[in-house]
Parts: sequence; structure tokens; C-alpha cells
Amino acid sequence: MSALTFTLKQRPDQRVDMSPLVCQKLAGLEFADIAAITLQNGKRKIRVDELFNVAGSDTQNIVIKNSFNKLDFIGKELDGGCITVEGDAGAYLGLGMKSGEIEVSGDVGLYAACEMKKGLLKVNGNAGDFLGAALPGNKMGMKGGTILVKGNVGERAGDHMRRGNILIEGNAGDYCGSRMTAGTIAVMGQTGRYLGFAMRRGTLLLWNQPQPTARFNDCGAHTLAFLPILFASFKKLNSKFADSSAAFNRVQRYAGDMSEMGRGEVLVKLG
Amino acid sequence: MIINGVTIDATFAEAFPMKATRAIITAQNEKWAMISAQAMTGFATSVIACGCEAGIERVLDPSETPDGRPGVSIMIFAMGGKGLAKQLETRAGQCVLTSPTSALFAGIDGGTRIALGKNLRYFGDGFQVAKLIDGKRYWRIPVMDGEFLAEATTGQVEAIGGGNFLVLAESQPQALAACEAAIEEMRKIPNVIMPFPGGVVRSGSKVGSKYAALGASTNDAFCPTLKGMTKTDLSPEIESVMEIVIDGLTKEDIDKSMRVGIQAVCDLGAANGIKRISAGNYGGKLGPFHFHLQEIMA
Repeated sequence: MSALTFTLKQRPDQRVDMSPLVCQKLAGLEFADIAAITLQNGKRKIRVDELFNVAGSDTQNIVIKNSFNKLDFIGKELDGGCITVEGDAGAYLGLGMKSGEIEVSGDVGLYAACEMKKGLLKVNGNAGDFLGAALPGNKMGMKGGTILVKGNVGERAGDHMRRGNILIEGNAGDYCGSRMTAGTIAVMGQTGRYLGFAMRRGTLLLWNQPQPTARFNDCGAHTLAFLPILFASFKKLNSKFADSSAAFNRVQRYAGDMSEMGRGEVLVKLG
Repeated sequence: MIINGVTIDATFAEAFPMKATRAIITAQNEKWAMISAQAMTGFATSVIACGCEAGIERVLDPSETPDGRPGVSIMIFAMGGKGLAKQLETRAGQCVLTSPTSALFAGIDGGTRIALGKNLRYFGDGFQVAKLIDGKRYWRIPVMDGEFLAEATTGQVEAIGGGNFLVLAESQPQALAACEAAIEEMRKIPNVIMPFPGGVVRSGSKVGSKYAALGASTNDAFCPTLKGMTKTDLSPEIESVMEIVIDGLTKEDIDKSMRVGIQAVCDLGAANGIKRISAGNYGGKLGPFHFHLQEIMA
């Protein structure tokens, strides 16, 4: 059975809500039914087959080709199955994702994987602001699963994050890990200003020394036993994080945000 | 049945259903993992007075442990799930949490989940940190030597306790040497422990006593000094009897363990003073698991 493939015919001017095209909603539908699904496009509705050339039949393996940054809500609340995006993705990619896997070959927009519950999101390009965060006004961001970004991420990555892993091979913007309640964010590149702002609990694992801040207190250099286990869990990923030379267990530990609960930690690689 | 001059009695060992769990203790080196494991499995020879039966299953190579450090696998058996959970928690708290450089991990992935580090975390007084890695929850508890890492839960499974065999010899040193040889082989078998000191028990018991307060008392039929004054099960040349008790996860595990143990004893044979192999049972009325010696050695 070949992957159900949506190839964008031409880029629409207005943004498109792609949320109907997730594996669990398409399961059991006939080809004609899928083609007849309407998507919100700006203020009008548009049929799937008007926007895409549709081919294939495996609804648990969806491919979106020629994707660009106005295709929003791809993989919204995905509950099993796999979505591959060839090109860029718009905002709210994998919003509230429950399980399954999404891979994007290009960049993704705002709020990718926000309020994600489980599963794996892999971004081969860059990610916008509020990666794995909570929707505006909500208090709980990502609750589980893993996000892997091979490029850089914008501001507020992991805002209000509750559980799970955000792995960033590139740089993270300002306010990385802001208002985190728990979970782990690992950044191989540089981090911006206000790292861990108002962070309550959770771990920011860094390869490079962050900008100094008065909100985190130095707890000294330590060898932490959980780090080898954490790195071992990354082995299955196709990523720099899976490389055994990337692993370490010797870190400088900073506790904070002391203006908040102060039970969070920034762990910076030593040696 | 006679093997190498050793008579294998036509009898059986009678064993009981128990609950079991396994934990993995790691440390900076094997020495400290073993110290912690020995402490955790100490005073755990018999459920009669210890609350559980526990023992070291085997030493683990760093490649076999979750954190890549040297480790030791221990198993605990108890009559019920609640008792097992309590024993596991108190022993982990007093013997592993306290032991320098130690970390504690689940040794059974399936089964009913029981607390391992789940409640020990409160020792962290609010500074403890949870980490959910690959679906397993770990607690990082700050302690004076750094951090104590403990997996939240481990698995509890149905198991069998009380597999046994008796070694009847012409002298005490010969009985002990035979038991030592048996234990050395039996420790190579996974999923079993021999909970008594060094794996050997010299005070096998029978059910009941002349004293009303006691539920068990010395097995006078196998006590060599009583040969002339009780209904003995010993022939005149037997001067010493020792027993090996086995707890295991399945009947097959205990079968296998008994087979290699009895074989090791028989390899020493009559030439080394070993005369008979027997087993302890209660007439088949108390325990549903029967390990027939001759079937095992067939």
C-alpha cells in the first residue's frame, strides 16, 4: 500500500487549515471522500482535490509534498500514524499531538508541537517561536513526547512545558524554557537572553555556557547518574544527540529561576 | 536411582507460591554495588521471621546495567504483594539509598508495578527531581555524596519459594564441600536465589513443635545426633545433613537450578563421602509445587 500523498498544485494566497488531514480522521475513508474534504482557506472553504493532487491509499502514512509556510495545523491532534512534510510547514504543526510521528524536511512556523502529549516531531530545518509551548492563555504546554529540531528555534521554546524532551541541534532564541513546569530541553548551540525565565522545575541541558543571569544560582560541578540514561534514550534518533561522542555526565549545575519556585536547573556541559 | 554412588531418594521437594521482584543496584565499582546488595539482602533467609527471602542473583557487567556502571541483580520473595512491597521499600531506603555512589533500577519490566524509588523520593525534602525517560520514571534524590538515582517502580511477579534438596554426607566438612560445589553451579542459573547464608542451611525444619508457640522446629528425622532417640531418616554412616533452599520465578527455573546443584554434589560422589540426596516436604498437603528428585535427575 503506497503512502497517501497530497501534492500541492499551487500555493494559495491565504493560509490553509490542514487539521482534517490527519491519519485517524482519514482512516476508513474512500479516495473520493478524502478528495471531497473541505479545508478552510482564509475565509473560504476549498476542496482537497482543488488544492492538492491526491495519490496513494495508506491513510496511516501521509505525505504532503510541495508544502510551504501557510499550511497550518498539519497533524493537529495526530493519534497514531506518520505524516511526512516535504517543504516547510506553517503554524501549529502537531498541535496537541497524541501519538505518532511527524517529520518536516524544511522549516516550521509558530507554536509547533504546542501542547503535544506524546509521539515524535522531527524538524530538519528551523522552528519558529513557542515550540512545544502552551497556546496563549493556557497554562500547560507540551506534556510528553519528543521534539527534535536540527536547525535553530525561535523564542519561548518550551514555554509552560510540563513533560517530554525538546532536542535542539542548533541555537535557541530568547526565553528558552520560560515558565517551564518540568521536562527537558537540550540545546547544542547557543541560547539567547532570559534563559529559563520564571522556570519552576525542569532541566535545560546546554552544550555552551549561557549568558549569566542573577536568577540562577551556581550549585557547582557534578557527575549526574541520570545523564547516561537520558543520552541512551536518544540513541534511536537520527540525530547528533544519538552520537555517543555527544554524551556527557559531567556538568555545572545552576538552580533557578530563583524569582520563581527555583527547582529548575540549567546543566552546562563541562570538559 | 544412584548417581556416582549417591542415592537419589524417591521423594520430592514441596514448594509454595510467592510474590517476587528484582532490583538492580549499581555503583561506582563492583565492590560498592556488592556491599549495597549484600546489605539489602541481609537478614532475609526465611519468611518465617525475616518477612521476606532475598538474595543476590548475579553480578552484572556494566554493559547490562541501565547507567553503564557495574551492578548487582538482587531478588526478593515474600508470601504476599503487600509484604513484598514493604520489604522492598524499607530495604531500598536503608541499604541502597544510604550506600555510597549507589543507584537503583527495576529488574522486571512487566508484572504489577510496586514502588522502588517512588516513596524514597520524599527523602529529598522537596529538592527531588523526576525524570521520565523512555516511559520509565526516575527520581533524582539529592544526597551528601551527590545524587541518588532510583527508578520509581519495579515489577512484581508470581513466583515459587521453597524448592530444596538435602545433602547427606559421612562428615560435616564433606557435606559443606558438596553444598559449596552445588551453590557455585546454581549461582550460574538466572531467576533463582538461594536465600540462606552462603546458600546453605544447616537447620532444616519440620512443621510444628512440642512448644505450642512455635510453628516450626528442628527436623529431628534428619538430625544425626538424634539417630538413636527419634524416628530417624538417617542410616548409621550419615554424620551431617545440609540443605539448599531455592526460590525462583518459575518451576522450570527451580528445576534447572536443582538439577545442576544435585549434579555438582553427585560429581563429588560417594568417594567424597556423599551418600544420599533427599528433599523436604510436608506430605504434599501444603505446597502445590512438587519437585521430584528422580524426575529432575532423569
